[in-house]
Amino acid sequence: MAKKEEENFAKKDQFTLTMIPSGFARKMRTCVIWQFIRFIAINIKMLVVVSKSH
Amino acid sequence: MARLIVMGGGVSGHTAATFAKKWLGNEHEVVVVTPNSQWNWIPSNIWVGVGQMNKEDVVFPLAPVYEKAGIDYRQAKAISIHPYGNKQSDKEYITIEYTGQGKEGQTEELTYDYLINATGPKLNFDATPGLGDGKGQMGSNTVSVCTADHAVHANLELQQIFEKAKKGERQKILVGTGHGMCTCQGAAFEYIFNIEHEAKKAGVRDMLDIKWISNESFLGDFGMGGLHMKVGGYVVSSKLFAESLFSERDVPWLIGAHVSKVEKGKAHYELLDGTTGVEEFDFAMLIPPFAGVGFKAYDKEGEDMTDVIFAPNGFMKVDAKYDAGAYENWKASDWPRTYQNPTFKNMFACGIAFAPPHLISKPASSVNGTPINPTPPRTGMPSGIIGKAVAHSVCDMIKNGAENAHLHEASMAEMGAACVASAGKGLTTGTAAAMTVYPVVPDFEKYPGTGRDTDYTFGEIGLAGHWIKHILHHLFIYKAKLKPGWTLIPE
Ligand SMILES: Cc1cc2nc3c(=O)[nH]c(=O)nc-3n(C[C@H](O)[C@H](O)[C@H](O)COP(=O)(O)OP(=O)(O)OC[C@H]3O[C@@H](n4cnc5c(N)ncnc54)[C@H](O)[C@@H]3O)c2cc1C
Repeated sequence: MAKKEEENFAKKDQFTLTMIPSGFARKMRTCVIWQFIRFIAINIKMLVVVSKSH
Repeated sequence: MARLIVMGGGVSGHTAATFAKKWLGNEHEVVVVTPNSQWNWIPSNIWVGVGQMNKEDVVFPLAPVYEKAGIDYRQAKAISIHPYGNKQSDKEYITIEYTGQGKEGQTEELTYDYLINATGPKLNFDATPGLGDGKGQMGSNTVSVCTADHAVHANLELQQIFEKAKKGERQKILVGTGHGMCTCQGAAFEYIFNIEHEAKKAGVRDMLDIKWISNESFLGDFGMGGLHMKVGGYVVSSKLFAESLFSERDVPWLIGAHVSKVEKGKAHYELLDGTTGVEEFDFAMLIPPFAGVGFKAYDKEGEDMTDVIFAPNGFMKVDAKYDAGAYENWKASDWPRTYQNPTFKNMFACGIAFAPPHLISKPASSVNGTPINPTPPRTGMPSGIIGKAVAHSVCDMIKNGAENAHLHEASMAEMGAACVASAGKGLTTGTAAAMTVYPVVPDFEKYPGTGRDTDYTFGEIGLAGHWIKHILHHLFIYKAKLKPGWTLIPE
């Protein structure tokens, strides 16, 4: 049986050659604890970019 | 006492005017001429366009803010620039036409010592027949999210589509760019995924065909020639990420497309390979191409000298290299650093109003010769940073004399941009693509390979981006209202 996260990728020819995020990767996008860590990391990166730009 | 006039009170002009006033104090005058009575945090229009925010959440009245700051606010459109004055006086001035403050339709001449043009884009709907109404405004065939009012209207139309879908009528949604020379693909990208997210929430996703149409030669170009990000030990093109995201959400794409005509329910297009076609829709949000707002400039005798100050696309000429020639010759150093007009040293442009030297993406045209390529984006962060740098230069010129002043620099080839494209608005649902790119304009001499610093060019999808988008919304409105500590919030 096709994994749920892979279903859409068979719907159009155009989609068949693209990267498919794994179920784990998709879960982590909405995992609050992991996203909190990423929130800190992204903010730091953005602040570095902002400071390099001024 | 010197007078600085800032034309345009949007992201860039508001930044320039408020910093200039702070630095100049009451010794000098800062005047803002802008036709709108309200300031709009444009990025959040996307949420208005899907009914997740009201217009009131994304705008606030300018008059009290300017009054508090001591800025002379004229709710008016600037019409023309007279850098040599007129037959009676050598003093440079602009003409304005009021749109509010009880003086609607009245014109006035305002003299200046320094002039900043921050008038952003003219939304050039009429460049595509059927996209505009033939009178310079948006037509009735499509919707837009470029202004808060457009976004309110877009949401009303979208809700009707959702209603029809709920009743079992299959609906087709088309989102993207409405011309071969558009920029701002990021806004359309954000809108399409917000629609997709809301459709799922409303339980109508299965009844909707959602399609992307754009002038990018590859998905994920965004008018910046794409970008490369470090992922899983590889440096990966934004093309791969964008294609993956579109596929995951079942959103097919039509790229390299110049929308040549729009009719009710139909978008006619030409592709890079020269073929033409028609895309049908029930609802379409197509970004219009941008142009300069169409100022005229006159010399002392009243003769038209617009082409001295403005490029043919209406944007103001600044210290860019406009004769760089073919793509192979393009360099990061072609991009302006000080945004000073080469002819008139007391005139600057910032934000979308300055004329870029050339595209950032590789130029492309169809086999029939139609140019189909994204024009360079000038997003919020660069617009704000440039506005501040230009204000700094003007303040130094006023305080130290034009000859001795240090001109501040803010090249887009040495500046990054942070962008967050949400998909949904909830704090625990939906996801956002958070991205930074450094520098905005690739520098292949400094960073051979991708043209960018891959340590600071990155993107990822997740809730964290959502939270950042929420914070940015509140932070930038707080800053624009000049609340305590506003200068500490970076552009
Ligand atoms: C839907 C949408 C979503 C976006 N999302 C993002 C995002 O998520 N992140 C991001 O970084 N950027 C985003 N952008 C881009 C961002 O909004 C622009 O980069 C920014 O607004 C440019 O600032 P500006 O001051 O040059 O122009 P504007 O903000 O457009 O300001 C121009 C001002 O000039 C005024 N004006 C016009 N004509 C005249 C005249 N004749 N005389 C005087 N004043 C005049 C206008 O009324 C306006 O107030 C988005 C854009 C859109 C349309």
